[in-house]
Amino acid sequence: MKLWLAKQRYLIDFTLASLARRKTRNLGLLLVYTLLVFMLASVTLYTHALRQEAARVLAASPEVIVQRMVAGRHDLIPPGYMEKIGRIRGVQKMEGRLWGYYYDAVTKANYTFMVPAGNPPAAGEIVVGPALERSRGLAKDNGISFRSYSGKLHTFIVADVLPQASELVSADLVLMSEQNFRAFFDYPVGHYTDIALSVANPQEVRNVAVKLGAALPDARPILRDEVLRTYASIYDWREGIVLALLSAAILAFGILAWEKASGLSAEEKREIGILKAIGWETGDVIKMKFWEGLLISLTAFLAGFVAAYVHVFHFAASLFEPVLKGWAVLYPRFQLTPHIDGLQVATLFFFTVVPYAAAVLVPIWKAAITDPDSVMRS
Amino acid sequence: MIELSGIRKAFNQGHDNEYWALDGIDLSIEAKKVTALRGPSGSGKTTLLTIVGCLARPTEGRVRLLGEDISGLPERFLTEIRRKRFGFIFQQFNLIKGLSALDNIILPAYPTGRPRRELLERAEELLAGLKLGHRRHAKVEWLSGGEQQRVAICRALINDPELVIADEPTANLDTHLSREFMGILEGLADQGRTILLTSHDPLVVESDVVQRVIDMRDGKLIDEH
Repeated sequence: MKLWLAKQRYLIDFTLASLARRKTRNLGLLLVYTLLVFMLASVTLYTHALRQEAARVLAASPEVIVQRMVAGRHDLIPPGYMEKIGRIRGVQKMEGRLWGYYYDAVTKANYTFMVPAGNPPAAGEIVVGPALERSRGLAKDNGISFRSYSGKLHTFIVADVLPQASELVSADLVLMSEQNFRAFFDYPVGHYTDIALSVANPQEVRNVAVKLGAALPDARPILRDEVLRTYASIYDWREGIVLALLSAAILAFGILAWEKASGLSAEEKREIGILKAIGWETGDVIKMKFWEGLLISLTAFLAGFVAAYVHVFHFAASLFEPVLKGWAVLYPRFQLTPHIDGLQVATLFFFTVVPYAAAVLVPIWKAAITDPDSVMRS
Repeated sequence: MIELSGIRKAFNQGHDNEYWALDGIDLSIEAKKVTALRGPSGSGKTTLLTIVGCLARPTEGRVRLLGEDISGLPERFLTEIRRKRFGFIFQQFNLIKGLSALDNIILPAYPTGRPRRELLERAEELLAGLKLGHRRHAKVEWLSGGEQQRVAICRALINDPELVIADEPTANLDTHLSREFMGILEGLADQGRTILLTSHDPLVVESDVVQRVIDMRDGKLIDEH
């Protein structure tokens, strides 16, 4: 065992010396390789963190949201609807919600106006999301006017700004009292936008949804799990688009690695011949080259991954942000919670390190099995 | 020490350009003696050297080392024999560029796993013996031809081989350096090592150090002195 370890040490020593001797070429390869891992890791780390963030924020949302449909379109909940739902077993709590969209011509963006469930702002006051705070330059106690769809101007005082922790889903929110909301949108009394239901037993959520469908045929129950799944698939889709764009880079790297691997230089072939002639076994030569490939790919993987981590969690993934994050004109700005998924790292490792090691080994093996007598004739 | 019987070696066998480099060699190389193979280019000297040195296998015939038939051994065993028993001095020296003289010298000992300190001590000793100690950390491409050859000789001796094989050792040296080499060769012979070399340099084959000269032509042994 000691002898084996000593041999491996010698092989690694020689490998490091070989890498240092071909500095420019190896550094170039390392740079491209690191860049590739960096891009792939940035995309996967970022989308994964976004999914986690969405799940974390939505964890506090109601289990079921009921909407009313008319001709396949979302319509207001009329009076009397809530009473019917109240009779369904399993429903623990129910509240009518008021929310709607408002287009602000100043910022050319849509805001979500909403009446919060608890502690609504006082009449004439609003609480705004962080993106709105930025885009309209608002601060606490500032006044702001919005012209309603009926053409009337409404003025509000900013009572507070929402915390950044929930910005992913609250960037464009404007919270106000029920009275202000109904006045602003000319919302009829007794009508709601939708209904939020709490179900005590998570196993019962689907049953409640089925019962809702039976009791109110024009209702559409939206389950929290489904919303989470929708977010997840949106991020999957965005991740797919970026990866598709990156596929050109991956292909270019593949060609570079293959070129490097299959095109062993005359000098390298000569060295392999010398080593074999002076008593190195074919296995020693292959091991030496294996260490070389492993050192390059591991260094690139670690450097690329660490750079991606810093890029995503310290610089908010500034390179991919516009494609991966936004779904509105107002982009949320927030610090993602660092999260690394073991399976994700393993997948990335498998798709970057393993193909390189394999691509390098085959031509090395071909060169290593050549007869050592060739060195006598060089 | 080494006995060759009925050795034939073909290149490109079965193809249009099939060529027999050795054609029926029977030869016995005695231990602790300096033997030279002499002959024009293409006479088969180097090919014979590669077969004796286990760098290649004969197409036909048997090679016996200390009475044991080694011609049919798998490559792994041939490599081990090559590493333990033979030291090679190549015509072009074949040193690894970018490495120091010391690192080149200890390369053949890497597969043995011997402690590094022991290897370095042995390498220093060899370099000092050939008056090259002051150049031990120099990269080999910075060395002169004569210095490079002395590094190659040290490398050949790092595993303390019984037999030293040298292919045209003076082909790249001037007269002065060639004489120096013959001096080193004499020292190796005095240590009791068997030496087999190829050369058509009169300074080598007519030297008193060389005890036996075998003439070759067209892959055959034609004369012996």
